[in-house]
Order: sequence, then structure tokens, then C-alpha cells
Amino acid sequence: MDLSPKQSSPSESTRFPDEVLERVLALLTSPKDRNAVSLVCKDWYTADSWSRRHVFIGNCYSVSPEIVARRFPRIRSVTLKGKPRFSDFNLVPDNWGADVHSWLLVFASGCPFLEELRLKRMRVTDESLEFLALNFPNFRALSLLSCDGFSTSGLATVATHCKNLTELDIQENGIEDLSGDWLSCFPENFNTLEVLNFSNLITDVNPGVLERLVSRCRSLKVLKLNRTSSLDRLQRLLVSAPQLTELGAGSFSEELTLQQHAELKYAFGLCKNLSVLSGFWDASALNLSAVYPACSRLSFLNMSYTALQSPELASLLPHCPCLRRLWVLDSVGDKGLEAVGANCPSLEEIRVFPTDPFDEDMLHTVTESGIVAVSQGCPKLHYILYFCRQMTNAAVATVVRNCPDFTHFRLCIMNPGQPDHTTNQPMDEAFGAVVKACKKLKRLSISGLLTDLTFKYIGEYAKNLEALSVAFAGSSDLGMQYVMEGCSKLKKLEIRDCPFGNVALLSGLERYESMRSLWMSACNVTIDGCRSLAREMPRLNVEVMKEEGSDDCKADKVYVYRTVAGPRRDAPPSVLTFSGL
Amino acid sequence: MERSSSSSMELDSDLNLKATELRLGLPGHCGGDDDGPEKSQISSTSPTTVLTIGRSSGGSNKRSSPEAPSSNECRSQSDSSASGIEFEDRDCAPPPAKAQVVGWPPIRSYRKTCLQQQKRGSESSSGSGMYVKVSMDGAPYLRKVDVKMYKSYADLLAGLESMFKLKFGEYSEREGYNGSAYAPTYEDKDGDWMLVGDVSWEMFISSCKRLRIMRGSEARGLGN
Repeated sequence: MDLSPKQSSPSESTRFPDEVLERVLALLTSPKDRNAVSLVCKDWYTADSWSRRHVFIGNCYSVSPEIVARRFPRIRSVTLKGKPRFSDFNLVPDNWGADVHSWLLVFASGCPFLEELRLKRMRVTDESLEFLALNFPNFRALSLLSCDGFSTSGLATVATHCKNLTELDIQENGIEDLSGDWLSCFPENFNTLEVLNFSNLITDVNPGVLERLVSRCRSLKVLKLNRTSSLDRLQRLLVSAPQLTELGAGSFSEELTLQQHAELKYAFGLCKNLSVLSGFWDASALNLSAVYPACSRLSFLNMSYTALQSPELASLLPHCPCLRRLWVLDSVGDKGLEAVGANCPSLEEIRVFPTDPFDEDMLHTVTESGIVAVSQGCPKLHYILYFCRQMTNAAVATVVRNCPDFTHFRLCIMNPGQPDHTTNQPMDEAFGAVVKACKKLKRLSISGLLTDLTFKYIGEYAKNLEALSVAFAGSSDLGMQYVMEGCSKLKKLEIRDCPFGNVALLSGLERYESMRSLWMSACNVTIDGCRSLAREMPRLNVEVMKEEGSDDCKADKVYVYRTVAGPRRDAPPSVLTFSGL
Repeated sequence: MERSSSSSMELDSDLNLKATELRLGLPGHCGGDDDGPEKSQISSTSPTTVLTIGRSSGGSNKRSSPEAPSSNECRSQSDSSASGIEFEDRDCAPPPAKAQVVGWPPIRSYRKTCLQQQKRGSESSSGSGMYVKVSMDGAPYLRKVDVKMYKSYADLLAGLESMFKLKFGEYSEREGYNGSAYAPTYEDKDGDWMLVGDVSWEMFISSCKRLRIMRGSEARGLGN
């Protein structure tokens, strides 16, 4: 396709000038709409290329930075995702790849006006952060989620050189935490920050520096402190920044005098605009009550870093009438979830994480009753992530009968291959009920004892499914085949520890080019199977991660993804790449 | 790995830790440093849920597949991240690497680290109960409360209010408990009577010897 710079053809009264076309198209922001627009004709393709401001790249290896920069020379904002999701659970070797540096090098000359960079599961070094800070004069917003490879020194260079920074969002990264001095690198007159999230960090920052920064930045809307931030500091910050819409409190367990408690409560009362509350490591019951005055407009409450008990949750929830999203630990128990059902009629999303994932302490857990209680009180529920130690088919069927609008249903019965604990049957009917009742289902994670029947149900009913996550399930290749044949909208499939072999892998031939990626680990796929796949489908990259000491023929971990960039050249020695090219 | 039922539990008195340790793993997959035959011991609080997995052969969590089951197991021995699960021994802090090897349940490393740090913190601060006598002016007999049961002043005051059927007024540093007939006071280690709420909760817990619910008129004298 000819991508030479805009050539206005001799102007005809029947044609839009390119500038007008670009202006009109600029009003379309959804990437899907933009993609559709670019396929209409060459002129529209060109106009879209020049006017596109934001690019989302779900797999950094599906395209090369050169291609992106050439096609969209004027982008302001890039979102890049790197490693497969299972890298979050340590299933991907550290040196696997997804290094952002090559992207930055290309963008520095090709898209120098870049303002925003959002990275997820990428490798980011201090060197890259420094390069970013020095080569993009308009740079404003940096968000790093689940990344690794950098230290607080890298943050220091960003703070020092990015004069117009509005957003610094550091979340859940593998960061080398050397010191809190990075915060002091913001210049004394710097005041543009709107988002500051350093909840990831352990080392403490200078409290005076933080307080001065917060009071200077009158547009600050989001502030998420780290766990070493004391309540005293929090109280002063709130008084100084009552305009906050999102707050991540620090540690919440200090013992306060009644006076201090009253002052904290007063400070929270000043915050009339809070819609998101998070943090609260180790919250004590009393201290939580200081938060009540700030909860009247709360839509998202994330209490998943403190082992809240059911009475505490039951006392807190009535103060949050507008709650739409709630994240908690299973320490709240079924009783706590009953309180959720009783107090949160507008709830749309609930996530229940395990307090002790590796400990069989039955005191800290939720059961099928909890999830049923929530579904009974919260008919608008459409997103659930639930970690539990027991479940029944009947309970799941009840839940989806109460809430048929699920778009995301992620159930993790923590003991692999566990059946319905009342009937000892597989959990097939549970997920059958889910896919039959929830027509809008986009994401599904299954667990428990499951046979091929589950997959038959999924293939037959889950017609809108885009993401499926499978572990320790299925009886034969048929399982995976059902899914590959039936789920035409599937984009992401991750499978671990299932008896699916080459036949299953190759059954998806027609599907993989319309998917973002496939992950299969600890299954029965062999190197030969991968080779065949690569041969048949030259536009896929088929990568195999070999474990030490495994059989030569076994494909321990397989990662398959579509790409227009060809096989990657930065794979470490433990990753074999197969390509049909 | 043999998984024995409760009838054949063996308690090695030296390795008492084994009593609370629960393990599942593949044949030959040695979870720890024991030399003897591996026997799993059932914790009395968590009987059946874990062991229902027993339907699969040889402790493997994989469904048996017609294709080369033995090579699966061989691979799984070296790849400890396959389907072996190990449960942490509650008596000692778990080494992080052990928990992360399996990649299951699917919890992000960041969250796991936070939880481990918290667990260690709370385990160090648990202690036994601390009962103190509580008297109320005008009441014929005393009560006793375990102050360690309460997590905070508000908690304690609420408990006292409910026990004695009264209400304390609003606390302020300057004026004590304003607007109520009674005020809570306590005797500290030095034998002095103090107003409840002036010091941090932690300091209060460590110094409180007994509680007295004093008539408001008398209590106001304390603050001046």
C-alpha cells in the first residue's frame, strides 16, 4: 500500500480535503472503529494513519515498532503488552523478552511527539527509562503494570527530566527498590502531576517532599501511597488535597489515640469526591471507621490487601451505597459476602482473593454459600473472580440464574481436579450452566474436576467468548477441539496441565490467525506437532520454551501468536522458534 | 507418593512439624528433606476437601491420557511446576521460592509477596488474653474484661457501654468525655488513675491494670 505523505489530488468539489477528513475521523476514538475506517479506501487509510493518536498493541511481537511508526507517525499514546499472562505466575523464564527498548529507539525518531506510554508485562530497564525521559520532550504519562527490570533510579530520571509529567503510575512491578530519593527529583516548581501511584514501593519517601509536592499539584486527582506511609502523613495529605478522586491509603494498622482518630476521620470527611479507595495494608477495625465519611460516592473499594473480617466489612458497607466494584480477601468469609449481598444492590464486580493460598486453614475461606449470597443481593453482577476451596454445581447454576449478565466469570477452585463436594461429580454442569445462561460471556476461567463435557458445552454455547483459561481439566484431545471449532470469537486461550496433544493443537489451525495468542504448558504437545503447525501457518510464530532435563521431543511450554513481523530475533536460548517462513 | 488415610497416621515425635504439613505431589517428587517413606498427615481441620483428589492414579493431578503417561510423569518430576502442590508448614515462615514454583493457584507474585509479609507480621503480635477488673461507681459488683479482645478504644468503649448499659460522651483531649454522666478511667502500672483515651492504644494495653467507670463529676477533676 502506498504510504507516501499526504498527496492532495487536484481538488475536486466532490472530494473532501484531507484535512477535513482527518478532522472528522479524529472524532472516532475506538480502535475497532478506526480499524474499520482504514479499510474503506486508500484515502481513508491515509487519513486514519495521520490522525490516529492512540495505538493499542496487545502483543508486542505481533508487529514491529518500525511498522507502527511508519503507519502512525503522529501517535501520542501507546499501550504495549508483552509477556504471556502466565508469566504473572512464574511460568515464563525471566529473560524471555518483551523489552521495550527497541520500541523506544524507533519511536524517538519516528514518533517524537509521544506523550503517553502504558506498558504491561514488559521488560523495562533503567536505561530505557532514562532514554524515554531524555528523548520525548512532550512526554506526560507513564504507566508500568507487572513490568520488571528497572529500579527506583529509573524513576528518578523520569522525575528529573519530564517537565510536563502528569501521570506516574507504578503498579505491581518487579522493581528494584533502592531508595525513596526518586521523589525528591521532581523540581521544586514542578506542579503538573495528576496521577501519582507508588504503592508498589517499599522504601519510604521523604514525607516533607511528598507533602510539598501534593500541595503544589492542584490538579492531583489520583494518589496511591505505599505501605510505609503512616496514618499521620495520610491525614495531612488529605487535608492538603481534598479534591482527590482516587486514594490508595498506606498502612492502616497503627494504634491511634482518640484524638488522632478524630482528626483522621475529619480529614476523610473533607474528601467529597472520592470514587476509588484502595491500599489499606493491615487495616484495623477502628481505623476503618475513620474512612466512613469519605465513602458516600465510592464506586470501587479495593480491600484485597488486608484480612478484613466479616463484622468489619458489614460495618463498612452500609456507608458505601453507590458501590459498583469490590475486591476483598476471603477472610471476610461467607458471612461477609452475605453482608455484600445485603448492602450492595448496585454491585457489578466482585473479586475474592485467597488470604492463604498455600495453607489449608479452613477458617480463612469462602464457600459456595458466599457466592450465592452475593448473587442473590446483586442482580447487576457481571464480573466475578472467586478463589475458593469448595464449590457445587448447584450453587453455580443458582448464581447464573440470579445474574445472567456475566461477561467475566473466573472461578478458581484452588485444589486442582476437585469435584462437587456434595455429589462428588465433576463440575461440568456448573460451567455448562454458565455458558448456557450468560449469552454475553467474554471471559471464562474454569477449574475443578472437569471432563470433555465442559468443553463441549463451551464450544456449543459460549459464542461470544474471547478469553478462556483452563487448568488441570479435560479427558482427551476432543476437549480442546470442541473449543477451537465452536468459539469463533476466541482471542486468547491459555491451557496448562491438560491431556491435549498434537491433534488438539492442530485442530485450531483455522482459528489461530484470528486470535491474539495460544498458550499450552504441561500438556501432551510435541516438538513435531509445533513444527507442523508452523509449517501450515506461516503467519504464526510458534515458540517452545524448553525445561531443563525434559525429553527432547516434548514441547513443555508452547506459545503461538499471529504476527506480521516474522519470527522474533531476541529469543533466549531456552526458547525455540518455529516458523513456516 | 503414597497417600495414607487417617487410620495409618504416624507421628514422629521429633518431626512434630510433620503433623501439620500436608502434601500432594507426583511419584518420586520429594517435597522436602525427609528420608523416610512419605506419608501425608491429615490436618484435623481440613479433612476431605484436599483428598478427594485421590480419584486420579498415583497422586497425579492430570487426567490419565492414552498418550505416554509415563513420560508425563518423568517430565513432571523435573518440572516441579507441573501439578505438584505443596502446602506450607504453618510453624515456620515459608521460603518464597517454594510457594512460587508451582504457579498455582494463579496469584500474581506481587500479591503473594504482600500476603507473606503480612502473615509474618501478624503472627509475631499474637498473645494471650489480658483480663482486668472493671468497676462502675454505684454498681454492686465488678465485671472482668479481656482487653486483648478489643482492637481499639472505640471497640472497648462500645463493649463497656453495652456491658453496663450506659453511654460515654464525645472524647476530646482538652475536655475528656463531655456530656455524659460517666467517664472511663484506668489504673496504670504506677498506680495512677488515668482517663481512657489519652495515650495510644498500644501503650494503654501494656499499662492498664484495672478499669473504673467513674461518675462524670469526679472524672472532670482528672483533666485539670
